[in-house]
Amino acid sequence: MIEIVNLHKSFGKNQVLRGATLKVEKGESMVVIGGSGSGKSVLIKHIIGFLKPDEGSVMIDSVDIANLSENERYETRKRFGMLFQMAALFDSMKVWENVAFALIRHGKLKDKEAKEIAVEKLRAVGLVGVEDLMPSELSGGMKKRVGLARAIAHSPEILLYDEPTTGLDPIMADAINDLIIEMKKRLSVTSVAITHDMHSAYKIADRIAMLYEGRIVQTGTPDEIRNTDNAIVRQFITGSAVGPIKIEGVTA
Amino acid sequence: MIRLIELIGRFVEILWSTLMSFARELGKILLLLCATMKQLILPPFELKNTFKQIIEVGIKSLPVVVITAVFTGMVLALQSYTGFKRFNAEVLVGTVVALSITRELGPVLTGLIVAGRAGAAMAAELGTMRVTEQIDALETLATNPVKYLIVPRFIAGVIMLPSLTIVADFVGIIGGYFVGVTVLGANSSVYWKRTWDYLEITDIYNGLIKACFFGASIAIISCYKGFYTEGGAEGVGKATTGAVVLSSMTILISDYFLSAWLFK
Ligand SMILES: Nc1ncnc2c1ncn2[C@@H]1O[C@H](COP(=O)(O)OP(=O)(O)OP(=O)(O)O)[C@@H](O)[C@H]1O
Ligand SMILES: [Mg+2]
Repeated sequence: MIEIVNLHKSFGKNQVLRGATLKVEKGESMVVIGGSGSGKSVLIKHIIGFLKPDEGSVMIDSVDIANLSENERYETRKRFGMLFQMAALFDSMKVWENVAFALIRHGKLKDKEAKEIAVEKLRAVGLVGVEDLMPSELSGGMKKRVGLARAIAHSPEILLYDEPTTGLDPIMADAINDLIIEMKKRLSVTSVAITHDMHSAYKIADRIAMLYEGRIVQTGTPDEIRNTDNAIVRQFITGSAVGPIKIEGVTA
Repeated sequence: MIRLIELIGRFVEILWSTLMSFARELGKILLLLCATMKQLILPPFELKNTFKQIIEVGIKSLPVVVITAVFTGMVLALQSYTGFKRFNAEVLVGTVVALSITRELGPVLTGLIVAGRAGAAMAAELGTMRVTEQIDALETLATNPVKYLIVPRFIAGVIMLPSLTIVADFVGIIGGYFVGVTVLGANSSVYWKRTWDYLEITDIYNGLIKACFFGASIAIISCYKGFYTEGGAEGVGKATTGAVVLSSMTILISDYFLSAWLFK
């Protein structure tokens, strides 16, 4: 369903992706882990086509998205929902208008119906009574959940989550994990989630992939990852400062 | 002597690189203009956003435009009166005010005010949306940001600048009349007659064509600066100042060429 092949991307001299390859099957929940600044957000932005590969390709249902016309590209986007790392809510619109944006625009729903659906989606992410607030009146964690409600509102087939649980308290984080699992079960969505939170990764993933130095160094089921012999992956999942991954400026 | 040559060399170098980057930027602005034109004619039409921008650009700039135009008309009457008195041409004050305002000052001052107010707002708004990924978010929601954000601002600029200019022309002439008649003691009906006698409809009309062009320039330049903002809050600041500077310069420079072309 989603196939990333030999993806390269640099920003100036900064080579972020250096041949990342990853395949996500239909209905599968893939979690990408990796250090801060390793290029996880850059990877996910290629899947939805915001960034163009320097080399390599991204295929959705065996179609290279680089070859789509502008119209086809926007049509393809309707199948996606995306949660941004910083939520990226429209700050000129009320919370419910954010959530209902795609419904009103593409679903041609009347405001009243759209608002009802928005309220329901907000409830699903644990938010009640915030629909008429402006995004600037929300806390960081609340924004993230509104972003999640907006991403799922139009029932997309493919969901991209950029750190869905960071910034949330542990209980809320677990509720969001459950929601992601439910989305997968009920709507059989295909998803790619980025996270640092190993607890969340083990819980929501069918498979986990680790991004390191611009490549996917290992892909496997949560059990395979837990019992990995790959020293890099092991260091990351156990959260140790000692190992093959060196942090610049920090001496362990 | 050598230092002087060195200095001139440096100056030419800087001038050259400024010119080159200006040319590159102009190219990108024209590309954005083409994209905007394309989205302008393709349905669906963003009526709600367009209406909002018309209010934003037009109604909110109105008070400043009115005050500026009144005082400009007033000072024009005052200055031309004292100047023309030297060769006994005081009777022409009304004519001078009317011609200067409609042909030149109405459109240009309105343009500069809108550039400073609405242009800055456009760049800041789009710039903030860019750095907080709201423009990317529009894309994920299958919405073309050029259509959704830029086209409404462009339409608002093209419609509202001439509209504001009509107001500026009118109140500017009234301001001149007020000073001419009450302060300088001109005869009311003579002043009024002089105002209209030599004013042709093409004066007003050509002034409005200039205003249309200024409106389009302000909108596309400011949207361009905002849309391609990089580098967080600092980048938004740069985009905003850049938008005001470039729009104002474009207005003043293009004004000369438009005038040369329109008022033959
Ligand atoms: N638009 C951009 N322009 C220039 N450099 C960029 C851009 N986007 C990302 N980068 C660079 O790419 C690298 C990877 O960034 P990315 O946001 O993908 O990291 P990440 O893995 O998501 O990190 P985190 O876990 O902290 O979110 C960083 O060095 C960043 O500076
Ligand atoms: Mg990230």
